[in-house]
Amino acid sequence: MQVTLTWLDYLILLTYTGFVVGIGFALKKYMRSSSDFLTSGRSLPTWVTGLAFISANLGALELVGMAASGAKYGIIQANFYWVGAIPAMVFLAVFMMPFYYGSKARSVPEYLKMRFDERVRTLNSISFAVMTVFASGISMNALAKLLHLLLGWDYNWSLWICSFVVGVYVLKGGLTSAIYTEVLQFFMIVLGFAPVVYLGLKDVGGYHAMTEMLKGVATNPAALHLRDTATTYRADAWTSAWKPLLAGPAYNPMGVDWFAMVFGLGFVLSFGYWCTNFLVIQRAMAARNMTAARNTPLVASVPKMLFPALVILPGMIAVALMTMPNKGYRIPAPILDNAVYAKAMTVVAADANAPADQAFKDVSAAVGKKMDAVKVAALVKDFAAAPLAPDVFQDRLWNAVAEYDYDGTILSLVKRYCPPGLLGLALTGLLASFMSGMAGNVTAFNTVWTYDLYQAYFAPNKSDSHYMRMGQMMTIVGILLSIACAYFASMYNNAMDIIQLVFAFVNAPLFATFLLGMFWKRTTGTGAFLGLIFGTATSGVVHALTISQGNAPGMKGGYLGVVHVFPSEMAQNFWLAIFAFLVCFGLTAGISLATGRTKTDDDLRGLVYSLTPKIRDEGTPWYQRPAVIGTALIAVCVVINFILR
Amino acid sequence: MGLDIRWPIGLMFSLVGLLMTIFGLVTNGDAEMYHRSLDININLIWGIVLLIFGGFMLWLASRRRGEPGSPEKK
Repeated sequence: MQVTLTWLDYLILLTYTGFVVGIGFALKKYMRSSSDFLTSGRSLPTWVTGLAFISANLGALELVGMAASGAKYGIIQANFYWVGAIPAMVFLAVFMMPFYYGSKARSVPEYLKMRFDERVRTLNSISFAVMTVFASGISMNALAKLLHLLLGWDYNWSLWICSFVVGVYVLKGGLTSAIYTEVLQFFMIVLGFAPVVYLGLKDVGGYHAMTEMLKGVATNPAALHLRDTATTYRADAWTSAWKPLLAGPAYNPMGVDWFAMVFGLGFVLSFGYWCTNFLVIQRAMAARNMTAARNTPLVASVPKMLFPALVILPGMIAVALMTMPNKGYRIPAPILDNAVYAKAMTVVAADANAPADQAFKDVSAAVGKKMDAVKVAALVKDFAAAPLAPDVFQDRLWNAVAEYDYDGTILSLVKRYCPPGLLGLALTGLLASFMSGMAGNVTAFNTVWTYDLYQAYFAPNKSDSHYMRMGQMMTIVGILLSIACAYFASMYNNAMDIIQLVFAFVNAPLFATFLLGMFWKRTTGTGAFLGLIFGTATSGVVHALTISQGNAPGMKGGYLGVVHVFPSEMAQNFWLAIFAFLVCFGLTAGISLATGRTKTDDDLRGLVYSLTPKIRDEGTPWYQRPAVIGTALIAVCVVINFILR
Repeated sequence: MGLDIRWPIGLMFSLVGLLMTIFGLVTNGDAEMYHRSLDININLIWGIVLLIFGGFMLWLASRRRGEPGSPEKK
């Protein structure tokens, strides 16, 4: 299962590490004030902030998870990019960036303070700070586990060394260093994974041949153990982005309807993430002027639109490969413990003369997973003829498992196609995606802590060098906290699921607050604060009262009684977000009308749409105007969707 | 910021591209090694692609060196 790296692979890895650390040291001399360190002194060109914008979001989990979803759901997953990200990024650029950048706020929570009051800012900054630390911890845990499984590297060493490298360059060069390395990492990820996708596509005989194979899979997914025997879909379920969606939840592998997809994912969740998350917006805020800041998400949306080819396509290739028996490929099964192998071996030996279905039942029970009947029968027969060597036995038993560890998809392709050299490059791409995600979290965390919590509550009116030292200290603290969270995640998987669930609750209503705050001057701090709290509570309650098909009440919802059953978890998530958004929107508006305004029109100048002078783009050539670029991008996105409908 | 990020990006990819190209040339014809990459000497091909990309970045950076505008405050 493991691969061995050669000296060349290590050399490529070291070259990359040397350069990212080198960038940190080269930038050290420019770090003179806290604003240089925490906000890059608002000095970067658009293409740099744009690529960093996309790279900070492209963590290792995204790379691994999107390939997994590509295998599970097919091209429909690309709607997370086309319906989800692109419209939200264009909206951010054209309508919201003027307030974030123009208000001179140093963070998103600080904007909330200017617009509303200290309560809203604190609520947002605390939830954001906790969230970033956990997000980075979860991703670190996943990466260290992956490196352990794939390369046999020690979990602890992987964790600490990767964190150390990120720590060094962020500590030396601050946000600029994080952003610069994110640009480098962006190219590393793209150039590291593109050849793997190319080889995979060539192996299955091209895109058209792949879609033909996936049509066969869609009409009988049980043949590959992708779904239960009873489940079949239309032939285009894996290969069309829209038709299965419009046909209804029963006809697409994701089990969602188009309304939940467009409104729940496309509007509520995506706008909530891309338009309010400081992790990405911080990159745009570091741009050197208003036009550069507004164009940042637009520059980012070009690669974002094409990313499905890099991250989702590999999952589809993997499924197509499985339909070709001569390729001898499968998406890896979940890892089994040595104890399981030992137990299964005794069962296989004992059942040598038992009837086939009895042996199949016993082996399945011993492994504790769904098994492939044919492969188990062959294994029992061969074992009875002559006992197999332990490693051969383990390999065959593992291959007979009829369940998939979808997260292993992308790395199984890397292993399959990469000779030494390219292997080093692809692994460096993986490490780069991990580091860019972590550095993004850490730089957002240290800024929010320093400006929105420390300066606001603990030590106002200190010298700038004081805050700079605090920012640097928080970089280290943030990294140590992430490491602690990584260990926590490795020990308590379930606790992590709960935490992620709570974050989903917190995020769902956020966009309603920003939408009302930015476009309706009557919105008050009390309205925003209570709207957010009750919006979050709503998602919690809806989750407690609903469940998705095939799940038992508990972690997946329904623990207070089941009022409604959704066709899939994805649909449940989307509808949860829709409810939270509507409640937050309604309550914020209602309470705002019932409470008196605390901010005058003068206070809100530059913070609210109707009270801010329109930005005049006459000075910039038409092709640099955000509205023009944004419209063009949406048009291109529509065309792509139409072609792949 | 005084550092133009295109320098390190260009240098790094040129270096990695050079490593892969040389390795690809040395191992050219190693059927066993390149069997997994569908009998394509992917190291040589991709090494050259990286070299071109790295060179392009360096060219962009050097072209801008004299000008004051590039990554600075406006």
